[in-house]
Amino acid sequence: MTSQTLHDVRFSEPPRTRNYLNVDYGVFSWLLTRDHKRIGILYLISVTTMFFVGGFFAFMMRLELLTPEGDLLTSDTYNKFFTLHGIVMIFFFLIPAIPGALGNFILPIMLGAKDLAFPRINLLSWYLYTIGAIFGVYVIVTGGVDTGWTFYTPFSTQYSNTKVFATTLGAFITGFSSILTGLNFIVTTHRMRAPGLTWFRLPLFVWSMYATSVIIMLATPVLAITLVLLMVERTLGVGIFDPTIGGDPVLYQHLFWFYSHPAVYIMILPAMAVISECVAAFTRKRVFGYTFVAYSSLAIAFLSFLVWAHHLFVAGISLYSAMIFSFASMLVAVPSAIKIFNWTATMYHASVSWQTPMLYVMGFIGLFTIGGVTGLFLGALGIDVHVHDTYFVVSHFHYIMVGGTVMAYLAGIHYWWPKITGRMYPEWWARLSALLVFVGFNLTFFPQFIVGYVGMPRRYHAYAPEFQVLNVLSTAGATVLAVGYLLPMIYLIWSLFYGRKAGSNPWGAVGLEWATTSPPPLENFHETPVVTWEAYDYPAFLKAMRETQHV
Amino acid sequence: MSDITVDSREETPHAHHHHPFLQHHFEDLGQQHEASTLGMWVFVAQEILFFGGIFAAYAIYRTMYPEAWSAGAHHQNWFIGAVNTAVLIGSSLTMALAVWAAQTSRRMLTVWMLLATLILGSIFVGVKGYEYYDHIHHGLLPGQSFTYVHAENPALTPGIQLFMVFYFSMTGLHALHMIVGAGLLLWFMYRAWRGDFGPEYYAPVEIMGLYWHFVDIVWIFLFPLLYLSH
Amino acid sequence: MKSDFPLFPEQASTVAGSVDTLYITLVVVTGAVSLLIWIAVFYFAIKYRRRPDNELAQEIEPPMALELAWTIIPGIIFIGIFVWGAWVFFRIQRPPDNALEVYATGRQWMWKFQHATGQREINTLHVPVNRPVKITMASEDVVHSLWFPSFRVKRDVLPSRYATMWFQATKTGQFHIFCAEYCGTEHSKMIGSVIVMDPREYQQWLAGGPEGSLASQGERVFQKFACNTCHTGDATARGPVLAGLYGKQVMLTSGNVVVADENYIRESILNPQAKIASGFQAIMPTFQGQVSEEDLLKLLAYLKSLTPPQPQSRPLAPESPASLIQSRGARATSPATASPVNQGNQP
Repeated sequence: MTSQTLHDVRFSEPPRTRNYLNVDYGVFSWLLTRDHKRIGILYLISVTTMFFVGGFFAFMMRLELLTPEGDLLTSDTYNKFFTLHGIVMIFFFLIPAIPGALGNFILPIMLGAKDLAFPRINLLSWYLYTIGAIFGVYVIVTGGVDTGWTFYTPFSTQYSNTKVFATTLGAFITGFSSILTGLNFIVTTHRMRAPGLTWFRLPLFVWSMYATSVIIMLATPVLAITLVLLMVERTLGVGIFDPTIGGDPVLYQHLFWFYSHPAVYIMILPAMAVISECVAAFTRKRVFGYTFVAYSSLAIAFLSFLVWAHHLFVAGISLYSAMIFSFASMLVAVPSAIKIFNWTATMYHASVSWQTPMLYVMGFIGLFTIGGVTGLFLGALGIDVHVHDTYFVVSHFHYIMVGGTVMAYLAGIHYWWPKITGRMYPEWWARLSALLVFVGFNLTFFPQFIVGYVGMPRRYHAYAPEFQVLNVLSTAGATVLAVGYLLPMIYLIWSLFYGRKAGSNPWGAVGLEWATTSPPPLENFHETPVVTWEAYDYPAFLKAMRETQHV
Repeated sequence: MSDITVDSREETPHAHHHHPFLQHHFEDLGQQHEASTLGMWVFVAQEILFFGGIFAAYAIYRTMYPEAWSAGAHHQNWFIGAVNTAVLIGSSLTMALAVWAAQTSRRMLTVWMLLATLILGSIFVGVKGYEYYDHIHHGLLPGQSFTYVHAENPALTPGIQLFMVFYFSMTGLHALHMIVGAGLLLWFMYRAWRGDFGPEYYAPVEIMGLYWHFVDIVWIFLFPLLYLSH
Repeated sequence: MKSDFPLFPEQASTVAGSVDTLYITLVVVTGAVSLLIWIAVFYFAIKYRRRPDNELAQEIEPPMALELAWTIIPGIIFIGIFVWGAWVFFRIQRPPDNALEVYATGRQWMWKFQHATGQREINTLHVPVNRPVKITMASEDVVHSLWFPSFRVKRDVLPSRYATMWFQATKTGQFHIFCAEYCGTEHSKMIGSVIVMDPREYQQWLAGGPEGSLASQGERVFQKFACNTCHTGDATARGPVLAGLYGKQVMLTSGNVVVADENYIRESILNPQAKIASGFQAIMPTFQGQVSEEDLLKLLAYLKSLTPPQPQSRPLAPESPASLIQSRGARATSPATASPVNQGNQP
C-alpha cells in the first residue's frame, strides 16, 4: 500500500551520522564558520531577533493609535517609532530574511552543491549585516531617527536633528551584505549545479532566488550611492539635494525609488520561491505551468526596474512620465497574477495535505491576492492621487510584505524545520498559530484600507476622531497577530529539545534537500548527486517508492 | 532512501591530483576558475550600477546648470588629467602582462608586472592627491572651506560648488577603488613570489586584472566628463 | 453632515465622483476575482484533501491555452484600468482656464493661504462653491503635501518650486485639509479646514480684505526692493519689460526659448543669472534669502496682473455678475498659457 510505503520513507532513518550541527561545537565554530547551513542559522537568529524588535515598534504604534489624541507617546517618539519600525523591518528583516536564512541553507542543497561558490564572502555578508544591525541598535539606544525609512530630502539632510548619518551608514553597510549574498547565489546557480541539473530541472525556488539576486545586484548599488550622496549632503550642506542652493530634492526621490521599488520585489520574490516549493510538496504535484512560473520571476525582475516613479505621481512628475510609469506598473502585475493562478491550479486534482506549511500557503494566496489587486488601485493614476500617502498604501504594502513575505517565511521555516534541525515541530500548535496569524492579520490591516480611503494620512500621530473605530479594530487585530507570532517562537524552541525526530523526508517531498539526511552532513551529500529527473517529479518518485516496496 | 532518489555518482577515479588551492566545495579547478571569473563579472556589473547612480545625478545637474559645469571643468588641468589617463592605461597594460605571466608560469615576471602596476597606480593616486591639494588651496573643496567665488559671474558659484561635489565624489570613489586594488596587488605580489600561480591556477590574478581594467574604464569616462566638458 | 464612523469619504468636488466610480468598479471587479480564487483554493483543498486513496496527485499537463488566457486576459484588464485611471488623472491635473487663483505656502507645521484680494489665512481656506479654484504653492522648508480628502485631490508642495493643483467644490460646508507627506515632529498637526461657502457668503467674507489685493501688495514689494529702478516698463530700460511677461515665451542669451511660467519668474528673482533674457546684461543681483515665500507669491500675483503693453482687443473671460473678485490672475491665465501641469525645473 502506498501509505505504508510513504510511512516507511518518512520515519525510517539511517543511523545518525555526523551532521553539520554535531561536527563541531563551540562559539568560534559558529562565528568563523564557512558552512552555508550554519551561516543560514546565524541569519535565522539575527533576522528573527530584528523581526521582534521591529514588531515591538509596530505594537507601540498600534497602542498609540487606539485613541485619536496623541496621548501615549510624544509626537517625536511616535515619529521615531514608525521610522525605526520601517528601517528595522525592511533593511534588517524583510530583505535578508528568506534569502539569508532559508536561501543560504537550502539553495546549495537544492543545486546538489557542497556549499555556495564563495563561502568566505558568505560569512562576510553576515558580518556586514551584523555591523549594519549594530548601527541600527546604536541608533535605537541613543535617541532614534525620525525621517521615515525613506529619508526624504531636504528633511533628512537639513531639518532632522536625529541620528540620520548613523542610520544611513547602517543601511549602506547592510546593502553590501545583500549584494554579496546575491552575488553568491548568482554564481552558485550558474556554476555549481549538480551533474544533470539543467535550468529547467531546477526547483522554482532557485528561479525565484536567481531573479531576486539579479535585482539585488542591479538595484542595491544605486541605493548605496544615493545614501553616500545623502551623507555628503547632510555633513557638508553643499546643495546636492538642497533646493535653496540649486539642488533637487525630487532627484533624491527618483534615485531612492530606483532602488526601493525593485526592493519590494527583493522582498516578495523569495516569498514566492518558498510558496512554489510548499505548494508542490503539500499537493504532491508538479507546480502547474512550471515554465510560466519560472519566467514570470524573471519578468518581475525586469519590469521592477521600470516602475519606480509610481511613488512620485503627486510629486510633480510630468503627465506623460506619470502615464508611462502607470502603464508599466500595470504590466508588472501580470507575472504576479500568473503565479497566483498557477499555484491555485496546482491544487486541482492534487493530494492536498492540511499540514501547517500548506495552511500558510493558502493564507499567502489569499492575502497576496488582496495585496496585489490593491496595487492596481494605486497604479491607476486617478485613484493614486487620492490614496497616495494614506493608510490605504500602508495596508496595501503590509498585505504584500506581511501577508506575503512573513507568511511565506513562516511557511518555509515550518517546511524546512525538520531538515534544518532534525526535529518535527508540534503540528497542532503550529496550525493554531497559522490561524491566529491569518485572522489577526486581516483584522489589523483590512480596516486600514477603509480608513485610508476615507481620508486618514499615514505617519499621523494624532488623527481625526471619526477614524477611531477602524483604528481600534486594527489595534485589536495587532494583538491577535502578536500572539500568533510569539507562539512559533515558543514551540519551535521547545521542539529543538522535545520534538519528534524527523527522518530524511518527513513530508514525502521530492527535491534534493529531501534526499539527504536530516540534518544534512557537513558537505550536504555523502556522494555528489546526479540528477536524471525533472523538477517535482512526483509520479516517478512515488513509482520508485512502490517498486522498492515490491523488492 | 538516498539510493532511490539519488544515483550515486559513478566512481570516477579523481584523475586530477588534488591541487593545493582547490577549495573543498568545488569539483575541480576548472569549476573554481569559472566561478571566480563569473563572480568578478557580476561584481563589476554591480559596480557599474554603483557608479551609474552618481553618473545619472551628474548628468541631471549638468543639464540644469550647463554654464556652471563648463566653468567648473575649466578649473581642471586637462594636461595633468591626460598624463594621468596615460599612466592608468599603462598600468592596465602591465596588469594584462601580469595575468599572461602568471598563466605561463613566469614567476618573477609576474611579480615585476604586478609591481609595475602598483607603481603606476600609485603615481595616479599621487597625482590625484596633488590635484586635490591644488583645488583645496584654491578654496574649491565643497562645504565650509569653499571660499571660491566665480569672478565674472558670482551667481555661478553655487553651481560650481555642486560641480566640485561631483568632482570630489566621483574621483574620490574612483581613487578608493584604486587604493583597494593596490592593497590586493601587494597581496598578489607576495603570492606570485611564493609561486602560487601557474597554468592551472591563475584565476586570482585574472580576476584582479578584471577589476583593475574596470577601474581603468571608469576613469576613461570620468576624464572627459570632469576635465573636458567645456 | 459627518458621521461618527464613516466608511466612505464625502464627495464634495467635481472629480470626486469619477474617482469613486473607478474605485468602486475596481473594488467590485477585483473583489469578485479574489473571491473566485479563494473559493477555488478552499474547494480544491477540501475536495482533493489527502486521504489513503488519494496519496498520489493526478498529473495534469497544463494546457497552453489556459496559461495564455490567464496571462493575456488579466493583461488586457490591467491596461483597461490604466486607461481609465489616466483619464481621471487628466481631469484632476488640468485646471480650467477661469479658475480662481489662491496661493499657498507650506511650512513646518502650518498652511498659509493668500487670496488674490489680499486676505490671508492660516490652516483655513475659504472658497466659493461651484467655482474652480487653482492653488499655486511652494514650501518654505521640507516637502509637504496638500490634501483635500473630500475633493480627492492632493499635490506635493516642494521647496523652491511652484506646484499647482485645482478643484471645484460642489458642496458647501467644512472639510479636512491634511498634510500627506511626512514633514517632521508635528506632521499630524499640519491640518486644517477648507470652508466651502455659497457665492454670496463668500462675497461677504471677501469684503473684509484688509491690505488691498494680493497684486497691490505685490506692487508694494516690487517698490520695496526697488525693482522699478531697472524694470521701468520702458523697452530701453536696463531690465526687461515685465507687463504681459507671464506665460509668454522668452528668448535667452543662450539661444534657448523658455516659457515665463511661475517657476521661471521665481528663478529670475532668486537666481537671476541662471537664465538671461536675450538683449540684456547679467547685472541683476540675486534676491535669494531676501524675499520671503509669501512676498514671492505677492510679486507673482503682481506680475500676472500687469497687462501687456500693446492692449489688443483680446476676448476676456465673461465676467460673471457675482464676481467682482474675478481675479486679475484669471485674466492672465489665458488659454494660450494654460499649461497642463507645472513642470518647473524638472530635468
